[in-house]
Amino acid sequence: MIELDIEEKTYHLNLGPQHPSTHGVLRVLLEMQGEYITKAEPVIGYGHRGHEHMAENRNYHQFLPNMGRVDYLHALAYNQGYCMAVEKLLGITVPERAEYLRVILSEFNRIASHLLWVGAYLLDLGAFTPILYCFDDRENILDLLDRITGSRLTYCFYRFGGVTKDLDDEFIAGSRAFIKRLRGRFKDYDNLVTKNVIFINRARGVGFISKEQCLLYGLTGPMVRGSGIPYDIRKSEPYSAYPAFDFEIPIGDTGDVMDRYLVRLREMGQSLRIIEQALDKLPNGPIMAEKVPKRVKPAESEVYQAVETARGEFGIYIVSQGDVKPYRIKLRVPSFGNLSVLPELAVDTLVADLVAILGSMDVVIPEIDR
Amino acid sequence: MELLAQYLGTEVGRLIVGLIGVMALVAVNALFLIWMERKVSAHMQLRLGPMEVGWHGFIQTVCDALKLMGKELITPEEVDRPVYLLAPIVVFLPVFLVFLVVPFSSSIIIKDMNVGLLLILAFSTIAVLAILMAGWSSNNKYSVLGAIRSVAQNVAYEIPLLITVMSIVLTVGSFRLTDIVAAQTSYWFVLTQPLAFILYIVCATAETNRSPFDLPEAESELVAGFHTEYSGMRFAMFFLAEYTNMFIVSAVASVLFLGGWHGPLLPGLIWFLLKVYAIIFLMMWFRWTFPRVRFDQLISFAWKILIPLSFANLLITALVLKL
Repeated sequence: MIELDIEEKTYHLNLGPQHPSTHGVLRVLLEMQGEYITKAEPVIGYGHRGHEHMAENRNYHQFLPNMGRVDYLHALAYNQGYCMAVEKLLGITVPERAEYLRVILSEFNRIASHLLWVGAYLLDLGAFTPILYCFDDRENILDLLDRITGSRLTYCFYRFGGVTKDLDDEFIAGSRAFIKRLRGRFKDYDNLVTKNVIFINRARGVGFISKEQCLLYGLTGPMVRGSGIPYDIRKSEPYSAYPAFDFEIPIGDTGDVMDRYLVRLREMGQSLRIIEQALDKLPNGPIMAEKVPKRVKPAESEVYQAVETARGEFGIYIVSQGDVKPYRIKLRVPSFGNLSVLPELAVDTLVADLVAILGSMDVVIPEIDR
Repeated sequence: MELLAQYLGTEVGRLIVGLIGVMALVAVNALFLIWMERKVSAHMQLRLGPMEVGWHGFIQTVCDALKLMGKELITPEEVDRPVYLLAPIVVFLPVFLVFLVVPFSSSIIIKDMNVGLLLILAFSTIAVLAILMAGWSSNNKYSVLGAIRSVAQNVAYEIPLLITVMSIVLTVGSFRLTDIVAAQTSYWFVLTQPLAFILYIVCATAETNRSPFDLPEAESELVAGFHTEYSGMRFAMFFLAEYTNMFIVSAVASVLFLGGWHGPLLPGLIWFLLKVYAIIFLMMWFRWTFPRVRFDQLISFAWKILIPLSFANLLITALVLKL
């Protein structure tokens, strides 16, 4: 027997801040033993811009564009959350047509976000091609949204009391064509990706999240729904025009990476259903509430409003002290909570699995850093 | 002039002409394959790929190569210098030598050796050493991880590859590549050995570090794997070696299973190249449609599935031959 003088050591590996699969400037400090991870620690804050502090230094209208830049992938949901919170402060009732418009556009934006996630996630798993198909589909949505809102990514379209512009016939025709097209595309995604043996082997049985962990870490969105908890703000605390539509909350059963993938895929189908119903039932009427004060100066009060973004629960808490500027705005972002479970999931996994788990969280780093 | 002709007639002359030819082929082939890969991937991804330089971007890769030549060669400070500098050469040399025995047609072969196949298999193994050298000397954690993966992967996949090839050698009774091709005049071995062909293609994809087995350079995990720290022409050498390796494994596949230069109407060389590029196209198709397997899955796939299967294939072949 030969005695080898080998010292076994763990070593540190910096995954990021510049790394192809951290999707932005996230840094994960890994402690590794060979290819296995013994400890993972996300280091955040590289993209901190101080949105919450900015809110304290500008009036309510001026803060509106910031909302498109917190989560750039589902900007319209943030727009909606902020507008709803301020409307609550001022006691404005939004006309029904405006609510329908908000739902349609926000759901389109949700699909765009999920499509981007599917593509980027498969890129993390080493499949190059799907992202271009997803972008092809997403492009259609961006064109539609561009038509109405005037921008393609960092939207600033909703106003206190309604929306700025009404839909036109071309948008409605384009939306219907797109819904049909994307439904056909889902079959391709199923056949080429979901049923692929390599993909199933990579995604099944990796990154389990139990129901208890979901509650402990305050996870929201597809992360909890993948673990089998049907928690969705659109159903549990209905807002806007959502109660008027018939849709389901897709949930997974085991809570692994595959379930989160399937949940997001099925959510896109549900979003299409919502849009279809909204277009069918679209009421006539004004798109802007009548009595919206030019100068927003709410009375001394506090308000909380939550909306469901593509990543989970976005909550906004506004404290007003009767000034033109909010006294304090607190943004509760879903990605922050979702990322916090990573250190627990990463232990004793391979680097490849960590990439799969991190990808399945669908974190948007600017949202975490705010 | 007469002297030159006389000189060229000898063995040495044949070698020199051959080597020059191989050099030209390696360069042109790599440029063509990179262009082909970009085009194939583009059309699979709803894109057009390079379109600007030349007909459908045909000269694009030439320009890219020129650009790479003009780039600064950066040597990071903490690298193991001699090993670091040697690795790109070591990766390229064996690839080059293997061309000695590849039969492009019944007459175009530089040296028809009786151990041709063995030589190819032996030389292509050296590439692993080069990858290990590159990864180790780079003094970069991602590079080391890539290199370790590469060695484990290549060792695992060499075994089924060799055993699979053995079943063909058993049938023909020779390591000489021209003999193997000559044995396929009436039918191709892919018809009698379909399992061996599939096994060979899988192993060859893994041997050349191509997706879905591209773990040594898995960029979503390891940034660029073992060649993270290489730049300019040194990086290009790894790139060149990868594409030339693809050509070689495809050439061996066409010799072993698809009847080499045999084919109706067209000259032998054309048939040979057609078959080679068809197999290369297949490998590109894999790359642009499959996700990447995980490292432990890759290794257990080799040891638990491919090796038993290739052994079974060898045993059955031996049994059938005996009967």
